[in-house]
Amino acid sequence: MASKYETVIGLEVHVQLTTDTKIFCGCSKVFGQEPNTQTCPVCLGLPGALPVLNEKVVEFAIKTGLATNCAIAPRSIFARKNYFYPDLPKGYQISQFELPICEHGWLDILTENEAEKRIGITRIHMEEDAGKLVHGETQESSRTSFVDLNRACTPLLESVSEPDMRSADEAIAYLKKLHQIVVYLGVCDGNLEEGSFRCDANVSIRPWGQKELGTRAELKNINSFRFIKQAIEYEIERQADLLDSGSQVVQETRLFDSQTGTSRSMRSKEEAHDYRYFPDPDLVPLVIDKAWIAEIREGLPELPEAKRLRFESEMGLSAYDAEILAADQALAAFFEACVPLTGDAKLCANWVMGEISRQLNEGNIAITDAPVSPTRLAGLLNRIKDNTISGKIAKNVFEKMWQSGQEADAIIEAEGLKQVTDSSAIEALIEEVIAANPGQAAEYRAGKEKLMGFFVGQVMKASKGKANPGMVNQILKDKLSG
Amino acid sequence: MKISRAEVEHVSRLARLTLTDRELDAMQDEMDKFLGYVEQLNQLDTEGIVPTAHVVPMENAFRKDEVQPGFTREQALANAPEPDPAGFRVPRVIE
Repeated sequence: MASKYETVIGLEVHVQLTTDTKIFCGCSKVFGQEPNTQTCPVCLGLPGALPVLNEKVVEFAIKTGLATNCAIAPRSIFARKNYFYPDLPKGYQISQFELPICEHGWLDILTENEAEKRIGITRIHMEEDAGKLVHGETQESSRTSFVDLNRACTPLLESVSEPDMRSADEAIAYLKKLHQIVVYLGVCDGNLEEGSFRCDANVSIRPWGQKELGTRAELKNINSFRFIKQAIEYEIERQADLLDSGSQVVQETRLFDSQTGTSRSMRSKEEAHDYRYFPDPDLVPLVIDKAWIAEIREGLPELPEAKRLRFESEMGLSAYDAEILAADQALAAFFEACVPLTGDAKLCANWVMGEISRQLNEGNIAITDAPVSPTRLAGLLNRIKDNTISGKIAKNVFEKMWQSGQEADAIIEAEGLKQVTDSSAIEALIEEVIAANPGQAAEYRAGKEKLMGFFVGQVMKASKGKANPGMVNQILKDKLSG
Repeated sequence: MKISRAEVEHVSRLARLTLTDRELDAMQDEMDKFLGYVEQLNQLDTEGIVPTAHVVPMENAFRKDEVQPGFTREQALANAPEPDPAGFRVPRVIE
């Protein structure tokens, strides 16, 4: 049923950067360390300590800005965002407000009906993360929260999209695209569960045709693409129910509960929005010259979009295959290493997306640790191409290669898997099969051509899978109709 | 008055200050004086002048992305009123 309302979604994404140190101090920022073992006067907010900007954070921000079609500001400044919370030691977060480093970008996504749609990026700015709160779970600590400041001052990029998305699927398409890009650039490890890529969704609805935006609710920090989709869909329904029953949507922050698939109100935002930003006097302005931008642009890797298009145009892959391979940089590199060794992009794509990906998923290993290298895989595929083995036998050989780390040729040789392409040997097999199944042969000759499959199966079985399937088909046809 | 009583109450809430009526009166009075003082700046013609973000004529003070030794946990928690291996203890905050 078509809804009475149009959905409007804007997304804020916090991208944690893969620098070695924090944004304003030299503390390391490794995930999962003992609480408060990665701190110093700066990130604890001790009086007199002064923040100094990590140059790499600026470089990563420029990289991300360029990759998302943003304009890089020649001059940008840091601001203090003032609020009180126990995970924020200074009583303010150093962020950017006026003059962020990147503005006016965009990403193109594919919508549900395969149409390309441009999603605007209002801005991307640099800021520090807050610490982490752990709430007491024992009887003794039930009225206590514990503050861990290891994460405080960790560098983040916050990207803010325009309210351009009109469905949960569009929102997910945008998020996945942004995720791919930051991982490709190497500026983020992309780990949603550990909070390296966090998404807040601003969702509102309005009657079709209405110009003004409806009142929005903000859905906070949801840590998987699936839950983000669920949370947005739940929110759209909740707001539609409110409007249908004559109530109003209240501007608020809502927390999604993945257990129940519902959300609850966190706090009213009316007052919280008064952050009283002002330029941070501890940090001097940032001036980025054209030479620096050009240098970074020069060093950008080929991005997923460009790679996908190249896989389609130069390698002749389908849009679907190209999309899947280009989505993962390491998978794409593996595929590309394989192609020139076989001269058959489609075959390589099938195997990388098929057998290789299946083994990686089953064993939960990274492609860079795969026991079968691109060269080894190409060695196997070439044996299919020159008819030494069938595609079916190749899968068995591949399995053994994966387990033993041996080359395809060694396995084919040792196990005697070479395909039988000797026509007289195949003929002999076929004659045996026909002689053993006189009834089916008669039925076939009487017009039941479906039985061809049965005969092919029997012959392949008799040859232990080694007969060349093309030749079996051909000779069978001759023999049966003869 | 350049600042209303409601504004003073709002600002005190943001600063997590609980003020008595008398204190609010005094605060409103003082803030009114500050604002009057600062307002003198409005007499200047600032047309075409870039807003000052920093008073020191300097830009791009960077640090290399190199790890420096920081505090041990004991040092980090040394000033905490209630240190605990699990972290700085604070009254429970749940949203």
